[in-house]
Amino acid sequence: MIELVLDVNGAERSARVPPLRRLLDVLREEFGLTGTKEGCGEGECGACSVLLDGELVNACLVPACQAQGAKVVTVEGLARPDGTPSTLQRLFLERGAAQCGICTPGMLLAAQRFIDLGATPTDEAVREALAGNLCRCTGYSKIVEAVIEAAREARR
Amino acid sequence: MISRIPVTSARSLPEAYALLEKPPPGLRVLAGGTDLMVQLQARVGLERIGHVLDIWGLRELRFVDRAEGLLRLGALATYGDLRDSPLVRERLPALAELSREVGARAIQSRGTLGGNVCNASPAGDTLPLLIAAGASFVVGGPRGERRIAADQFFVAYRRTALAPDELFLRAELPELAPHERLVYRKVGTRRAQSISRTLLALRGGALGGRLAGVRVAAGGVAPVPLRCRLAEAALEGRPVDALAVAAARAALEGEIRPISDLRGSADYRREVTGNLLARLLPELAG
Amino acid sequence: MVIPAPPGKMGPVPLPAPELLVGQSPPRLDGLDKLLGRARYLDDLTFEGQLWGRTVRSTVAHARIVLIDFDPSYDWSGVTRVTARDIPGENVVQLIDDDQPCLAWDVIRHFDEPVALLACADREKLEEALRHVRVEVEPLPAVLDPAASTQVFKHYRYEREAGRLAEAFARAHRVVEGSYRVRHQEQLYLEPNAVCAVPRADGGILLHGSMQCPFYVQRALKRLLALDDERVAVVQTVTGGGFGGKEEYPSMIACHAALLARAAGRPVKIVYGRGEDLASTTKRHPGVVSHRTAVAADGTLLGGEIDVLFDGGAYSTLSPVVLSRGAIHAPGAYRWPACRVDARAVATNTPPNGAFRGFGAPQTLFAVELHMDRIARELGLDPLDLRRRNALRPGDRTATGQELRESVSALEVLEAVAERSGWASGRAQPKGDGPKRRGLGLSLVLHGAGFTGSGEVKLKARAGVELTPTGCRVLAASTEIGQGTITIFAQLVADALGLPLGAIEVAAPDTSRVPDSGPTVASRTCMVVGGTLEGAARALHRRLAAYAAEVYGGDAERIACVGGTFREGARAIATFEEVARRQLADRGPLVIVEQYSHPPGIEWDDDEFRGDAYPVYAWAATAVEVEVDLDSYETRVLRVVTAQDVGKAIHPLLCVGQIEGGTVQALGYALMEEVVHRDGRVANDRLQSYLIPTALDAPPIETILVENRYPHGPRGAKGVGELPMDGPAPAVAAAVLDATGALVPELPITPDRLRAALKLGAAPTASLGETPLGAAE
Repeated sequence: MIELVLDVNGAERSARVPPLRRLLDVLREEFGLTGTKEGCGEGECGACSVLLDGELVNACLVPACQAQGAKVVTVEGLARPDGTPSTLQRLFLERGAAQCGICTPGMLLAAQRFIDLGATPTDEAVREALAGNLCRCTGYSKIVEAVIEAAREARR
Repeated sequence: MISRIPVTSARSLPEAYALLEKPPPGLRVLAGGTDLMVQLQARVGLERIGHVLDIWGLRELRFVDRAEGLLRLGALATYGDLRDSPLVRERLPALAELSREVGARAIQSRGTLGGNVCNASPAGDTLPLLIAAGASFVVGGPRGERRIAADQFFVAYRRTALAPDELFLRAELPELAPHERLVYRKVGTRRAQSISRTLLALRGGALGGRLAGVRVAAGGVAPVPLRCRLAEAALEGRPVDALAVAAARAALEGEIRPISDLRGSADYRREVTGNLLARLLPELAG
Repeated sequence: MVIPAPPGKMGPVPLPAPELLVGQSPPRLDGLDKLLGRARYLDDLTFEGQLWGRTVRSTVAHARIVLIDFDPSYDWSGVTRVTARDIPGENVVQLIDDDQPCLAWDVIRHFDEPVALLACADREKLEEALRHVRVEVEPLPAVLDPAASTQVFKHYRYEREAGRLAEAFARAHRVVEGSYRVRHQEQLYLEPNAVCAVPRADGGILLHGSMQCPFYVQRALKRLLALDDERVAVVQTVTGGGFGGKEEYPSMIACHAALLARAAGRPVKIVYGRGEDLASTTKRHPGVVSHRTAVAADGTLLGGEIDVLFDGGAYSTLSPVVLSRGAIHAPGAYRWPACRVDARAVATNTPPNGAFRGFGAPQTLFAVELHMDRIARELGLDPLDLRRRNALRPGDRTATGQELRESVSALEVLEAVAERSGWASGRAQPKGDGPKRRGLGLSLVLHGAGFTGSGEVKLKARAGVELTPTGCRVLAASTEIGQGTITIFAQLVADALGLPLGAIEVAAPDTSRVPDSGPTVASRTCMVVGGTLEGAARALHRRLAAYAAEVYGGDAERIACVGGTFREGARAIATFEEVARRQLADRGPLVIVEQYSHPPGIEWDDDEFRGDAYPVYAWAATAVEVEVDLDSYETRVLRVVTAQDVGKAIHPLLCVGQIEGGTVQALGYALMEEVVHRDGRVANDRLQSYLIPTALDAPPIETILVENRYPHGPRGAKGVGELPMDGPAPAVAAAVLDATGALVPELPITPDRLRAALKLGAAPTASLGETPLGAAE
C-alpha cells in the first residue's frame, strides 16, 4: 500500500491504496469524484480522460504510484469557482454536444487540453485532439463545433 | 490479485539497478502503463507477474537529444515528446509524424518509446521505423551497458534480446545524409486509436540515379517487426524503375510472413505491403 | 391517485399558445448535470451494504450441463452463490416466446450463457471466486451457420398481387438478381450495462438500473421471483446510451442481481465490464437478403421476390418482431406492382441477437438499396433517376397493401439531397486515376414510426401529467437515454399548458409511480408517448380552465393559459400558480392519464400480414462521397448530405443530434463494425478490436430537416430515432461502386472485402462465410 497524496481540482487529497490501483478508481471510489467515467478500462474510449500535470491521460491506465504528488483536473474541476459552467461547458450545452453524457467528461478534458495548448482550432486539428474519445451518440459534429467556438473565444 | 503485487518505484537508475542485481521472479517493468495496465485490467497472465519495477520516475530516461551525429531518444520519451520535439521534427520528421498516429492524444501522453520497444508487439508502430532508420538500442543493468542493433533486438514473437537484469535505456538513430530520406506508411484499422494492419518503413536515397543504403522494415506482417533484407538486396544499386520495384516487391512479399487475424487476411497484408513499397520507393529517390 | 381522462370531448382543442417552445432548441433539461459531472449513473451510486455481483458463463456453444462444481477446497465465506435451483418463480426472462432461461440449467445453448451467479463485497475476491466455479459439460453439436439451422423462430410470407408475379418476370426487360449479407453489429452504448437490486423488507425487490424499458424489467422480475406488482419496483437511473441494446438485456441482468440480492439479503450491484458486455449481450441480427427483380427497360420495377434470412442466435428473444420490421421494410421506399417477401429468423448456437436502432430495417434496406444500384448499373441508368421513377408517392400502396395517405416524402427528400449533394456534377466528375478514387452514392429509405402492426393496439400505452403548485409533472415510463426524451416531453407539455419550460418536471421512470407508456423503442417515444402526453396536458388545461371559470368567473371555453397566466381574451384572470395552488388545496391532487390509440382508419391483420403496418412513415435520402485508396483498399467517407422527413422537429438541435449520431453509427456499420465469432464465441470482445468511428473517421454531415407534418402526431411529429440508421450504409456501398466499379454485397466493406470484390472483377457474390448459402445468386 502507498500513501497517495495529490492535488485534485485544486484541493489536496490523500488515500492509502495499492500502488497499482488505477487513478480512475482512486478518483471515483476514494474521493467520490464520479464525474470521471469508465467505458472500457483499456485506454480505448477516453471516457476516463483527466488532466494529469496538465497532460491528457486515460485515468484507467495510470497506476496510483505514478500519480504521487501530481496535479489532477477532472470534470468536477472545470466549472467556474462559483459553480457555473465554463465557456466550454456552456458551449457543449448550447450546441448539443452532450447526449447520453458518458463520453462528455472525458471529451471536455480532451477539449480543454486542446484549448490550453492554444493551437489554431481547425476542424481537422480538433478532430485529431478528440480522436481518443469515443462518442456513440452525437456523430461528433456538434462536439467539434462547440470546441472550435470555445477555442476561438479563449484565443480572443 | 493486483493489490498484492509488490511495486518498486525507482527514483534513479542506480535504485532500479539495485533491484535488478537479483531480479525478483516474474519481474515486469512498468513505464507509461499503456500496455501493462491493460493487461492487469484484463487479468491476462496475472499469475505470472511477481513484482513490478516502476521506472516512470526515472526522469533521466525522458529526453531527446543529439550527439555525435546521432539522434538519441530516451526510453521514457513519450510519443507526445517525439511528436512535438523540434529536434525530431527537423531531423527525422517521419518519426514525429508516426508518433502522431499512435493511439490518440491520451495514449501519446503516456506511451513511451521504451515501452513500445520492450513490449515487442509485431505491430508496434515505431519498431519498423527504428529498424529502417538503422537505430541501435542501448540497454543497461548492474552488469553495465551494451548496444544492440534494432534489427537484432526482436528475437521471436514478443521476445527481445534484453536480459532479465537489463533495462532499455535509449535508442540512437544515425542522422540522414543529405540525399537520404526516411519514409513510412501505416495502414491501420481506422484513422486514430488504431493498430496497424501493416506498416512499412524505408530509409535510403539515390546517388547518381541509383538507390544506395536502402533499408526496409515492416510491421504487422511477421511474428516480429521485420527487417526485409531480400527487398533491400533487390533494390541496392538499382534505379527506381518498374523492374526494380517489381523485383523488390516480389522479394518483400516472399520474406514477410503475415497471418490472417481480425485486422486482415494474410493475402491482403502481403499485397498491401507490396503496394506500400511500390508507392514509397519513388519518395526515396526524391 | 390516478384519474382517467374524462370521456368525450376528445376532439382537437385550440392550442393555447402555438409554437412557443416546440420548434425551438432550449438547453436539454439534463444537460447541465451531465456537463458538470453531477449526473449520477448507476455505477456512480453506492448502496448501503452493497455487494458486487458476477456471472459465471458457459465456455462452450452447445452442451448438456453435467455438474456445476463450486470448488470444495476454496474458502467461500463471504461469497453468495446462486444457480437456477435458487429461482423461486419461473426460470425464464420474460419477453415474447419466453424461451430464454435466466440461468442455464440443463442445456447450454450459446457461449457466454449465464450458468451461475456470485456476489461478494470484495471485488478482487469475487474475481478469484469466479475461477473456482467449474461447469462440467457433455458437448453437443453446435449449429453456427444460420443456413444450416433447422430451428425456425419465425417465418413470414406476404405478397402483393402475387398472381401477377409470373407475368412480371415473363415480360421483364431484364431480371436482376442479387444477394446481400450483413453482420452482427454491437450497439456500443458508452455506459456498459449496470443494475443494482435492493432487497426489501417485504420480500420484494427495488431495482435500479441503466435501461430503456423499466416495465419489461418489472415484468421479468415478477415472473422470475413469483412476486406481485406491489413488491417489484424498477427505477431507471441516468442511462448512458441504449440504441436498443438496453431494451431487453437489462431484464436478464436485473434478474441476476435480484436473485443474488435475495440470497444475500443485501443490495447487489452488477456492472458489466466492456468485455463481458461485448461478449454476452445482444447484437444487431446478421442476415442474408436475396432479391430477384423484374424490371422494364426504363427501370420501372415490375415485380420482385425477396428472401430474408436472419440469424436470431440461441434464443428467440425479440427476433419475431425484428424480423417483421425487417420484412416490411424489405421492399424499400418503392412501388412494387407485384411482390413477394419470404422472411425467416432461425436459431444458431450463438449469443442471442436483439434490438438495435433500426430493428431489422437497416439489414433489409441495405439490400434493397444496393440492389437498386445494381439494377441501375445493369440497365445503364442513373441511380437517382431509377429511384425517382419508382419511389412511393401519396396514394400509392406499400407491399403490405397500406395506402400512403399522409406525410409521404420520398421524392421531396430525394430531390433535396440530389440538389445539395451536387449529384449530377458529382457523378460526372472523374473518379481519379491514381491510387485514390472518388465516388458518390445515394440511398432512399423509409422507416415506420411506432410499433409494427398491432403492437400499439395491444400495448395500450398510458402516460399522464400531474398538477404541481407551479406547473406539472410528466408521468411516463419512457426513458431519457441521451436522445432527449425528457426535454421534448417538457416542451410539448409546456406548450399545451401555456407554461414556460421551467414549470415542467419530468418524473424519473419508476414503475411504482408512473403509468406504463411502453418501452423506449421503435421511434415511438415522440409520436406515441409525446402525443399522449400532449393530450393529457390539454385535458389538464381544460380542467384548470373550467376550475378558473368556476372560481374567478368567465367562460371556460374561452379561458386559456398563455405565458403562465390564465386569460379570457385580453383579460388576465389569475396566474397558473394561483389556479394550481387553489385547485390543489380545494380538490386535492390532480393527475390525468391518457391512453394512446391509433388514429382512425389504421388497420392491420396479423394473420394475413396485411394492412397498415405503421400509422405513418418517416423518409430519408442520403448521399455519401467516399475516397477509396486502391493501395490499401481503405474507404474514407468525405462528406454526407442527408434529408430527413421527421414530420416536425420538436427540438431541432436534438433532432439533428439524432440524425448525425445515427448517421455515424451507420457509417460504422458500413465500413468497420463487425462482431466476429470464432466457434460461437465473440472473438473481438474489446474496444481495441471492435471498432467504431472516432472523431477523425466521422465526416462533416449536412442535415436537411424536412417537415412534412403528420396530422396525428404531436404538432406533426413522426419518429426520428431509427431513421438515420437505415440509409448511410447502402449509400456508402453505392459510392464505393461508383468509385471503383466494384459492388461489395456485404457489410462492413472492409479493405479485405473490397479487395476480394475488385479481384473478382464483376459484381461478386455474397456467401455465408465458410458455408456458402444456397440462396446466393
